[in-house]
Amino acid sequence: MMRFATLIKNPADWMKGAGPHSDVVMTSRVRLARNLRGYPFPGFSQERQRIELLERARPVVEELPEMRDGYSEDYTDLSKIRKQVLVERHLVSREHAARSSGCAVVVDRKQSISIMINEEDHFRIQGIRPGLNLTSAFEVVDRVDTELEGLLPYAFDPKLGYLTACPTNLGTGMRASVMLHLPALVLTEQINPVIKAIGKIGLAVRGLYGEGTEALGNLFQISNQHTLGEAEPEIIAQIEKVIEGVVRSEVTARAKLKEDHQTMLRDQIGRAFAILRYAHILTSKEALNLLSMLRLGADLDLVGNCDRSLIDMLLLEIQPAHLQLNAARELSPEERDSMRAELTRARLQSIDGPGSFPTNQSNPGGTTSTPNDE
Amino acid sequence: MKCDVCENEATVFLTQIINGQMTTVNLCEACSKAKGVTEETGFGLAEAFLSPSHRADSDMMEIVCNACGFTASQLKKIGRMGCPECYAAFRDGLDGLLRNMHKGTRHVGKRPSHLSVITPQLLPRQRNTVVAEAPPPPPVPAASPPPLAPDIAKLRAELDLAVSEERYEDAARLKSEIESLQPKASK
Repeated sequence: MMRFATLIKNPADWMKGAGPHSDVVMTSRVRLARNLRGYPFPGFSQERQRIELLERARPVVEELPEMRDGYSEDYTDLSKIRKQVLVERHLVSREHAARSSGCAVVVDRKQSISIMINEEDHFRIQGIRPGLNLTSAFEVVDRVDTELEGLLPYAFDPKLGYLTACPTNLGTGMRASVMLHLPALVLTEQINPVIKAIGKIGLAVRGLYGEGTEALGNLFQISNQHTLGEAEPEIIAQIEKVIEGVVRSEVTARAKLKEDHQTMLRDQIGRAFAILRYAHILTSKEALNLLSMLRLGADLDLVGNCDRSLIDMLLLEIQPAHLQLNAARELSPEERDSMRAELTRARLQSIDGPGSFPTNQSNPGGTTSTPNDE
Repeated sequence: MKCDVCENEATVFLTQIINGQMTTVNLCEACSKAKGVTEETGFGLAEAFLSPSHRADSDMMEIVCNACGFTASQLKKIGRMGCPECYAAFRDGLDGLLRNMHKGTRHVGKRPSHLSVITPQLLPRQRNTVVAEAPPPPPVPAASPPPLAPDIAKLRAELDLAVSEERYEDAARLKSEIESLQPKASK
């Protein structure tokens, strides 16, 4: 089995790789909610029942072909900071991280599949891919789910489908969600009508870390709300179609900004870079919003020598738990703000910054963490 | 009326009473979605289970799930089921609730390839009469559930049924499942 340190040292597949529309779509995720019959749902079960289910199910999950030699941890053995790091990496949900006894997570080596045991449902099987690629994310979880159903007795009803703790997940038990970076739609004030239109067709729009969170860094999560009455491929096709429309609007807005508001755009990106490159105190919110501008600049070739993946890694590294893990101790918010600034200054050293220079340099950024072969 | 968050026309009006303190919030559709207040889990359920037709015949009858002891009041309160069998126990009003929540009321997606699955409809239901003045059930669900009926006993009953109905594939599976549980129990 993989150790926590090894898991964290290696960027996940989806952090390094690029997928379709990577300039706008950060990730595609699909999760399936599954339960075993004969056990109450985790929210209504006693600790010993949760532990019993965990002891029965975890070895089975660990032995699935996809999950072998992955990372598997019982929550009682996991510190608060480590759990939060998993949340920041989108490997577990905030709700799951808040739980302890009777809960565990199993992650595959490539960090593209994670299986939460005893979340709101007995199993939450999640697949994550870079860019707009829900179909591929679904194929991964579908395969794992099919293997698991042969080994454990699922709670399934022919009429209602997969039985879940919350009736909102009934049927397919599937939530497909896409993380979008939409700075141009925000800057041009087109984002509200877009969100409204998406809401009208039965999709949900949320912030960076799911339900009830703010849309920091111009990052938005769009996911399906209906899980019953439609088959999985239909749901996915519908979301992908909607997302493609949003991507087109964002790309058009970016082109328009570059053409009609070149000076304003360069100013915003220049200011973002200057603060990120030289500040000594950076709050999480400020950093996310400025990095969003820098990412936009990199995508529009307005920032020299700036690799998008460097920014995406930095978006993770500056999160509170990642900073504390790096420092190997708990940090006060003030300490975090100063360490965040220090880290950001160091990472941006290799970037030439925005200016009136030719943008044909192809030398990729050099200060990303060196690849680790364990 | 304008939305309290943005400038759009408000269409969702929320009145909440917490500790006798009443707050009113006016929201447009987008903001209400963004804030999650139109999540059907809380409201839809309350509606479905407090609908006049249901109230009329219930006169304080409390439906209880036989398998896990979860009650209709708890369901109304937390918007979630206690166990998979609850879907059979609380099937009244479920269709209306699901219609509000989803595209349909019938699952059309993936199915486990071997249908070794429960059909909760088989389970009997139980109606407990609760006296009108009865105190509300304890607010913390974790404190109240009686232990589940032993897994093995239930599987044995299912096994008997499967044999009597000559569903031998199911029977074989149930048998191996019971066997897989037994060493665990003695551990």
